[in-house]
Amino acid sequence: MDPTIILAAGVAAGTVYLFAAVGEIFAERAGVINLGVEGMMLMGAVVAFGTAVGTGNPWLGLVLGMLAGGLLAALHAIITISFQAEQVVSGLALTFLGSGLARVLGEDLSKAGATALLPTATIPGLSAVPVIGPIFFTNQSVLVYVGFLLVPATWYWINRTRPGLHLRAIGESPTAADTLGVDVYRLRYAYVIIGGVFAGLGGATITLAISPGWFSDLTTGGAGWIAIAIVIFARWNPLWAAVGAYAFAAIRRMIIDLQGPETLFGFPNPFFEDHTLTFFLQMLPYVLVIIVLVVVSGEALRKRVGAPAALGIPYVRGERGA
Amino acid sequence: MTARAPARRPGHARMALPWTVRAERRLEVPRWLPVATTIGAVAVALVIGGVILAFAGGDPIAIYAHILRSSFGSLGVLSDTLVKATPLILTGLACALAFRMRLWNIGAEGQLLMGAWAASAVVLVPIVPPGTPSIITIPVMMVAAMLAGGAYGAIPGILKAVRGVNEIIVTLMLNYIAALWISYWVFGPWNEGGFPITPQFPPEAWLPRLSDLAEAIPAFSGLTVHLGLLIGLVAAVLVHFLLYRSRLGYEIRLIGDSPRAARYAGVNVVRNTIVVFAISGALAGLAGMSEVSGVVHRLQLTISPGYGFTAVIVAYIAKLNPYGVVVAAIAFGALILAGREIQPSGIPAMIQGIILFSLIASEVFLRYRFRIERRAA
Repeated sequence: MDPTIILAAGVAAGTVYLFAAVGEIFAERAGVINLGVEGMMLMGAVVAFGTAVGTGNPWLGLVLGMLAGGLLAALHAIITISFQAEQVVSGLALTFLGSGLARVLGEDLSKAGATALLPTATIPGLSAVPVIGPIFFTNQSVLVYVGFLLVPATWYWINRTRPGLHLRAIGESPTAADTLGVDVYRLRYAYVIIGGVFAGLGGATITLAISPGWFSDLTTGGAGWIAIAIVIFARWNPLWAAVGAYAFAAIRRMIIDLQGPETLFGFPNPFFEDHTLTFFLQMLPYVLVIIVLVVVSGEALRKRVGAPAALGIPYVRGERGA
Repeated sequence: MTARAPARRPGHARMALPWTVRAERRLEVPRWLPVATTIGAVAVALVIGGVILAFAGGDPIAIYAHILRSSFGSLGVLSDTLVKATPLILTGLACALAFRMRLWNIGAEGQLLMGAWAASAVVLVPIVPPGTPSIITIPVMMVAAMLAGGAYGAIPGILKAVRGVNEIIVTLMLNYIAALWISYWVFGPWNEGGFPITPQFPPEAWLPRLSDLAEAIPAFSGLTVHLGLLIGLVAAVLVHFLLYRSRLGYEIRLIGDSPRAARYAGVNVVRNTIVVFAISGALAGLAGMSEVSGVVHRLQLTISPGYGFTAVIVAYIAKLNPYGVVVAAIAFGALILAGREIQPSGIPAMIQGIILFSLIASEVFLRYRFRIERRAA
């Protein structure tokens, strides 16, 4: 129950949620909900791990895992943007397809064990800073540092650049954006696919860095759905997504650690005494997600900073819409 | 009113093909078209699935033939298929009802588990004393399951109606919570012999099976179809009546088609959201009761292989029509039954995903009429 260990582990595992959440923020800011994150992550995870096992090169695995996520997302883009199908259902189909396909591809991978991990690194100087150093900059996977850089970069891209302005425009008012010469369809395609690439990266982060190995569809364990909840919690802001991702992962880690010691704060640890009680502990993260959503939802909040106005609505040129 | 499909934007149509595809918005959909596109979509999905299977080194024809043979090949396996279809009918109806109002209840799985738990509680706590005849025990189990499933379904309904909380995330989280809840009871208080199962229910808590009549009708011997199937069929009739013959059903369809128009018409969207979620959950809960009481006669960790998720596809394939749900549930019951023997185990889920994709893609044919025109020189 060392807080530093819990928080450092939270930062490591939270990187998985972070990548997927950032990807979903891109897609949703462009006006397209993609509920297939879990499926895309599983595909990214299995392709990355399979490639790493097969070639011994985890970096190649990482790239192919990202491509696999992007490829699945392209399917979602075709169905929802060109065919204007219901985005919710298409996303669910993507989850089925992705997890089924990943299980087929990963058939023989569960025996492979942990392999060719991506390296970890300690940042000289920064790791010496008290409190911050051991949590953020000591012995973390290189992908964790990629996450650190990604968050401000994404925020800057969305809020301070011209392409970011176009991104927000096609999510808030595609008709107006179209009138001003922004190619709504092409941009939506691009951002949905980018979202898939990041989901694939999230999946690859699991199998190559955070908890290596392939455990069929238990590999992601619902991380894709958590990522979608984090996006809502973060109100489509990558900075808050990072907070949510790291905090959620840290809480998960704390719950595991709670089961270890014989005493808690001087009292006998009920979870140590009776292991069936730990099922209630394991419910906590999911209960927490619901509570957080209840708090951040609600009409008043939604009016001030809310979902992109055209989220979930297919854009059809020449028809009345958002 | 005509509109170009976005896939054919003007800038893209000038490739040097001798013809162009023009898309026109349909004003009316012919009655036969939804059925035709559904059948076509499933056929296309099976072909795509077959190609993937072939790439994965399998023989698609052999696999499909195997699925058909091991699910419809004899009276015995047909009966097993119907047993698998039973929970899919009930959870499929649960999804179809909620989806009709555009409420995305992805939580049929959790609601099924809670129903299974409550039905088990009736016997294991026990709520009715041991030895109570079936005629009382079974209805009490059904009511308990519907109440538990309904209450569990009402949670996302209330949160959505009152606070605008995204029901997809809430129902998914509740699925995980329900699975852990079941784990606690089968590993903890109700555990038998260290395995994640409870003691077997007494026979008065079993739904009657066709094979129970084998003494009178020898042909029924070994047939596992149980009363849950009848419950499912009755539920389909009731849901159909509810949707198309009742005021609530009219409001559900109105909200589903146009929430804004419904609000202007004075429909109480908040109340309907909660009511529909509760009914949906009750149907799924009943599926859980049907499984513990009709199939395994105990509660166990693996009470559902994901019926609540397959239900989403069942509802969609049925175009949210309650009778269509029955047909689709039988088809997917066959897939689940045969799928247990298929390796790799991900194939059935993959085929389900492809079918669902193909279905929603095919809906473009319901919205647009496509004409292939020769390009003017």
